[in-house]
Amino acid sequence: MSLLKEPDFGTPERPGEATVSVEVDGLAVTVPQGTSVLRAAALAGVDVPKLCATDSLEAFGSCRLCVVEIDGRKGTPASCTTPVAEGMRVRTQTPRVAKLRQGVMELYLSDHPLDCLTCPANGDCELQDMAGVVGLRQVRYGYEGENHLAAEKDVSNPYFDFDPSKCIVCSRCVRACGEVQGTFALTIEGRGFDSKVSPGAGELFQDSECVSCGACVQACPTATLQERSVVDLGMPTRSVVTTCAYCGVGCSFKAELRGDELVRMVPYKDGGANEGHSCVKGRFAFGYATHPDRVMKPMVREKTTDPWREVEWDEAIATVATKLRDIQQRYGPGSIGAISSSRCTNEEVYVLQKMVRAAFGNNNVDTCARVCHSPTGYGLKQTFGESAGTQDFRSVARADVIMVIGANPTDAHPVFASRMKRRLREGADLIVIDPRRIDLVRSPHIEAAHHLQLKPSTNVAVINALAHVVVTEGLADNSFVAARCEGFEEWAEFVARPENSPEATEPITGVPAGELRAAARLYAQAPNGAIYYGLGVTEHSQGSTMVMGMANLAMACGNVGREGVGVNPLRGQNNVQGSCDMGSFPHEFTGYRHVADDTVRTVFENLWGRELLPKPGLRIPNMFDAAIDGDFRGLFVQGEDIAQSDPNLNHVTAALSSMELVVVQDLFLNETAKFAHVLLPGASFLEKDGTFTNAERRVNRVRAVMPPKTGKHEWQIICDLATAMGYPMAYDHPRQIMDEIAQVTPTFQGVSYELLDKLGSVQWPCNADAPEGTPTMHVDDFTRGKGRFVVTNYVPTDERTTSRFPLVLTTGRILSQYNVGAQTRRTGNVAWHAEDVLEVHPHDAEVRGIGDGDTVRLASRVGETTLRACVSDRMPPGVVYTTFHHPVTGANVVTTEISDWATNCPEYKVTAVQVALVHPLEAAATGAAEDDRLAVRD
Amino acid sequence: MSTTLPPESRMANDIARAFRHLPREQAIEAVAGHIGRFWDPRMRSRLTRFVDEGAEGIAPEVVAAVRLLMPRRESGTG
Ligand code: SF4
Ligand code: SF4
Ligand code: SF4
Ligand code: FES
Repeated sequence: MSLLKEPDFGTPERPGEATVSVEVDGLAVTVPQGTSVLRAAALAGVDVPKLCATDSLEAFGSCRLCVVEIDGRKGTPASCTTPVAEGMRVRTQTPRVAKLRQGVMELYLSDHPLDCLTCPANGDCELQDMAGVVGLRQVRYGYEGENHLAAEKDVSNPYFDFDPSKCIVCSRCVRACGEVQGTFALTIEGRGFDSKVSPGAGELFQDSECVSCGACVQACPTATLQERSVVDLGMPTRSVVTTCAYCGVGCSFKAELRGDELVRMVPYKDGGANEGHSCVKGRFAFGYATHPDRVMKPMVREKTTDPWREVEWDEAIATVATKLRDIQQRYGPGSIGAISSSRCTNEEVYVLQKMVRAAFGNNNVDTCARVCHSPTGYGLKQTFGESAGTQDFRSVARADVIMVIGANPTDAHPVFASRMKRRLREGADLIVIDPRRIDLVRSPHIEAAHHLQLKPSTNVAVINALAHVVVTEGLADNSFVAARCEGFEEWAEFVARPENSPEATEPITGVPAGELRAAARLYAQAPNGAIYYGLGVTEHSQGSTMVMGMANLAMACGNVGREGVGVNPLRGQNNVQGSCDMGSFPHEFTGYRHVADDTVRTVFENLWGRELLPKPGLRIPNMFDAAIDGDFRGLFVQGEDIAQSDPNLNHVTAALSSMELVVVQDLFLNETAKFAHVLLPGASFLEKDGTFTNAERRVNRVRAVMPPKTGKHEWQIICDLATAMGYPMAYDHPRQIMDEIAQVTPTFQGVSYELLDKLGSVQWPCNADAPEGTPTMHVDDFTRGKGRFVVTNYVPTDERTTSRFPLVLTTGRILSQYNVGAQTRRTGNVAWHAEDVLEVHPHDAEVRGIGDGDTVRLASRVGETTLRACVSDRMPPGVVYTTFHHPVTGANVVTTEISDWATNCPEYKVTAVQVALVHPLEAAATGAAEDDRLAVRD
Repeated sequence: MSTTLPPESRMANDIARAFRHLPREQAIEAVAGHIGRFWDPRMRSRLTRFVDEGAEGIAPEVVAAVRLLMPRRESGTG
């Protein structure tokens, strides 16, 4: 494949019914009303020279290179800012405009270093291209005049350089940062000749508000903003379209290579999820794939205290197969199991659960989604009938009121956040329900109408109170409810009870009743009200209840079944949705069908040629409990660091230590590998063929840009292991695995690599009823027929603050790091988040004598750790906050075993803790010990 | 405090609390149904054992649900 250059139509699309017909250089073209002349020309196949225009940004009209002549109009208007009018006749190539364009180019070049041949953007520079296009042959002005050629480079960002001497002040970067990313970090400082691009108030990029999304770099037509990798490695020569392997947004990228070396990742314009945008992780943080820490050969050891021994694949697989069978012989078929990863492809996850059910002969398979979004699956299935979000991301552009609950999209789902922020700038109202004042509450050009700053663990009380207002103030959408739902009366009677009123719940939730009432009215009365939520909803003892509570509220207000509304989980990892869809839960086959369903089970039994168990297997926390009890002895862990990411780590490590065989398949020797007896090296997403399914149910292709560095695909490892255990499993290519998935899963019936290649991506359900997929679900009917209201009783968590542990700890994540950080910590992203810190409210800090930057001890009833304090009023008093990106901090040492009642999703968001200042001398000693630990690990 | 209970007892109590608002008979049905649908059989038998051994710290609805599950212990979805 050669380098893929998407066409640039100059200005954005203007969707609409009404059209206008015009003629450009004699070519007739019909375009939607409001389209620019520049875009109409491009659609007619006529390229008008341009510099300040690009179709991801609104036209600006500053360079005047795109001038044209229009019959019957005076002068030479800029075609980018001139909308088409019926019957318009445009001429793009006349001597007059040619002269003007040459004049413009001449001026630009007189203040531009003419080092094209050695410039990193050589071959990818629009200024260079335009000089050619307008036929510039000479520059009459020399460099003697005033110029910017000596301007200093800013190399503070780890991934891109800013060389102002090459800047043509087209403002594309400034507009990209505002319009596309929504951060507004850049400005044009000064006027006229003195004007220049500046991050913040004359700061360096790294010191400014910049979040390093790279939109400005992508928009820059010159080498002024340039990826460092291009400077170092040269221009790429070929592209492969693939999908980001970090978060649940699932951005499409062009992986651009030079030979076999990845030079850069460029967000793909046709990507359904991201439409040409990305965040710092997907665009820049891919260096981990080639990090020297990567394990390239299988390794085994008898005991976890022995040194690792590198072996060939055959030996590693035979070892695992023999040991697993041996354990089963001694302890029974149910004594082994596997954990699938939300980082892996659908195909890899599918073969893993197939291996467990058919080769292990039990249902002991669970996924790391257990610890994040399992309540979503349960709650949405109970109410709507399908374990998935209702909308596509694009839908947010039609929302009038957006309710964000327990999610921090600007950090955790940045590209979706950019879409959301665009809609908010257009005037949609925002309600934030979160204990923490997340950035979205107040950011450039955005202010939440209401921030309901609830106490952690009181989500259900808040959602019931919102519902109370809707029902008692007559705001419910009665016709929607009557036509499409069931169970309303009972539910309405429940939420209308006085104990659910905002006034009665205020002492519990800490949310002022008046504010809550106003928020409820705003959401209920919006033409389109949309709910987006994250782990702040699910990771609670009532996670599933809360998901049902939100579904209830949405149904009561008629906010399901069309664009602009819905209940939308923002999924953490790239393939959380997919790993759940693929039958990773111990009680469900693919497509969320219970193992006890005889009809479904027969389909699998016939195809797989094995009798399958009709009873659920163990979930992850149950596996740990059973391990400690002694009847679960062998575990296969697919690309998941349970010894860092799971709660109550001391319990987890005790469980892992008590097993006879722990097999880890991962890129790195992660924390879990410390307890492993076999390490099977994994492949990075750049080496994988397969699919990921993002939070909007979009199945995206992942394409290998290089062969697996370990010599084996991850799906092959599983197949080889199953085969070695006596259950032959073989495929030639992941496409065959997808064909099998389609064969056994009604919601995937129409999905194939062919279809994905044709459409780019597809949102399941994709079958005979929806051959091109389903962007919006539950349009006429709910998947289960009628939407079901479920009474959601508020039950306070068992995790209570006490005099010993008087504070509540809640956890979250930040933009530049990803989850346990195994990948991002091995990239330039460490520039932003070198360690986990504990945010403490000034009041709580003061009474404990804690200052900003002090080392503190964080202790709960199950464990303790030390980390640095950051005094911040983002949290209300009494609540502290941290992230869990770094193993040294081991934040999950303190989180407890309490979990969601329905799914056992752990309650990460609420832990009673105490925080105490560590004496500086002691802190220094701990710091040294941590340095040692780091040195050993890395 | 519930966290000193064995995991099965603790989790079953959590389930019982989630259905506390239902009339007693329905609540028991719901607890039994949930356990039948989502629990590995060995966890069910451990819970049954705890109930048989005196049901210490186990909610009454759970005890009743376990009795309800008994005759259909081997019957599948519940
Ligand atoms: S990298 Fe992104 S946030 Fe930073 S200045 Fe560029 S567009 Fe703005
Ligand atoms: S940095 Fe690039 S995009 Fe920004 S004004 Fe200069 S040339 Fe234009
Ligand atoms: S938003 Fe998520 S999917 Fe998109 S580039 Fe960033 S990490 Fe990757
Ligand atoms: S492209 Fe139209 S004025 Fe610059």
